Amino acid sequence: MIQTFAFYLFAVLVIASGVMTITARNPVHSVLWLILAFFNSAGLMVLVGAEFIAMLLVIVYVGAVAVLFLFVVMMLDIDFAELRAGFMKNFPLGIAIALVLFAEVWLGIGAYRAGALELGTPDGSGAPLLGESNIESLGALLYGKYLFLFEAAGIILLVAMIGAIVLTHRPTKSARGHQDIGKQVSRRPEDATVMTQPEVGKGVEL
Amino acid sequence: MTEFFQSLGMSYEWAWGVATLAGILLIALPLMLAVAMIIYVDRKVWAAINLRRGPNVVGPFGLLQSFADGLKVFLQETIIPSAANKGIFLLAPIITFTVALAAWAVVPFSAEMVLADINVGLLYILAISSLSVYGVVMSGWASNSKYPFFSAMRAAAQMISYEVSIGFILICVVLWAGTFNLNEIVLAQKGHGFGIVNGYFFNLLLFPMWVVFFISSLAETQRVPFDLTEAESELVAGYQTEYSSMSFALFWLGEYANILLMCILNAILFFGGWLPPVEWEPLYMVPGIVWLLLKTFLFFFLFSWVMATVPRYRYDQLMRLGWKVFLPLSLVFVVLISGYLMYTGHFA
Repeated sequence: MIQTFAFYLFAVLVIASGVMTITARNPVHSVLWLILAFFNSAGLMVLVGAEFIAMLLVIVYVGAVAVLFLFVVMMLDIDFAELRAGFMKNFPLGIAIALVLFAEVWLGIGAYRAGALELGTPDGSGAPLLGESNIESLGALLYGKYLFLFEAAGIILLVAMIGAIVLTHRPTKSARGHQDIGKQVSRRPEDATVMTQPEVGKGVEL
Repeated sequence: MTEFFQSLGMSYEWAWGVATLAGILLIALPLMLAVAMIIYVDRKVWAAINLRRGPNVVGPFGLLQSFADGLKVFLQETIIPSAANKGIFLLAPIITFTVALAAWAVVPFSAEMVLADINVGLLYILAISSLSVYGVVMSGWASNSKYPFFSAMRAAAQMISYEVSIGFILICVVLWAGTFNLNEIVLAQKGHGFGIVNGYFFNLLLFPMWVVFFISSLAETQRVPFDLTEAESELVAGYQTEYSSMSFALFWLGEYANILLMCILNAILFFGGWLPPVEWEPLYMVPGIVWLLLKTFLFFFLFSWVMATVPRYRYDQLMRLGWKVFLPLSLVFVVLISGYLMYTGHFA
């Protein structure tokens, strides 16, 4: 009973906040609704017993991606009235995309009805392991069976990261103060100050 | 606790519901009391280090000071700036407070005293603490005022930066313990140091990670020397500038609940949680929660001590420390620790 209730609660909230993401006038409100949608889909993941994925969803999407998103949206001065001005012009394109998406969903559901693909291997190693935690079974699969694919994904991400850094990195040419903390810490009073006792009227030579 | 309520003649669902509710209250109410008291302790420690008296008027030794402050704040008027985004402005302190309380669900106070003994406990804490940035960002933006906004931007960047290195440090602990469950992490530390000392800090590879974790937890909770979000010389009072009355108090309570959480995490992850500090049979006579709270308050004292002695960082120094020092250091230690564990056959 409580599962059904929780499922409908999360599902309704996901869909409602998804709708609000699109319809909200203020871009910041939009992002906040999107975050609510992420959070509730994490709840759905917990319901199907994928607690690891649920936590990752919250950590990665809500905790990092959406924060940066919010960050950018808050700082940009987006004029949404101007963005909406092209609504009628882009309407046919939007309808076309919606139709394609609908066709895909329809095809997917039809294919599922016709008998879903068997994703597990014949010996059952692809099926969830009972009595083992999410993390352990995921780890066994990723670092065992799909090791090379997993490593390849990692390398692609690394290359993408380095590429992004190279593209945005501009060496600073200005001679403006660069702080070297080691140098500052190792500086002694003797290096910086001089003690002299000049005779009267002679002054100090620096 | 569910069994107890079932024995009173309730069905399983009702017993579970009542037991969970009772558990939540049993954590949240003492936590609020603890927050009130550690605010007092914080001010007293700070005063003592500055050779002042600190709060000493309300109640014996000023013990009731926090409650008096709470009452004062409760009776104040909630002011909403006319230019503020009202809904988000009011939602922000509620989110801060809720998130600060939610993380306590998985904290093991002793072997049995834990509300949700879940497999992904540590990930849950990481997830919840990554949510706490929203309260700050939302309040800063919704106030529609310069200084809160600057403060919110600083807070967001700071918390994300330090969460990265905290994540890697947690990975080190998890590698050694072999589990994400907080109770099992505590148990894995039993007799870790030559079978005598309970705690991962007694380990040449994990001790540096504890130091980094402690400093990162100062940054994560925006305590001195990393309290750039509330740098009063630059930002008035940071993201809470426009808040008054209970909405301000909720920020305050949430902040201290987060600080206590970080202290208790230090104790659980590196100092053996509810285990006694050394493996000696008579020490187990003392209930585990006493050990845990003693360790937590020790760390809170360290937090206050740091607050009273260390000057504030500059913002670029803060970012440098997070990204150029802690992140590479913790990455190297992940490799070192996993290499050591593989070499010694820890996983076999």
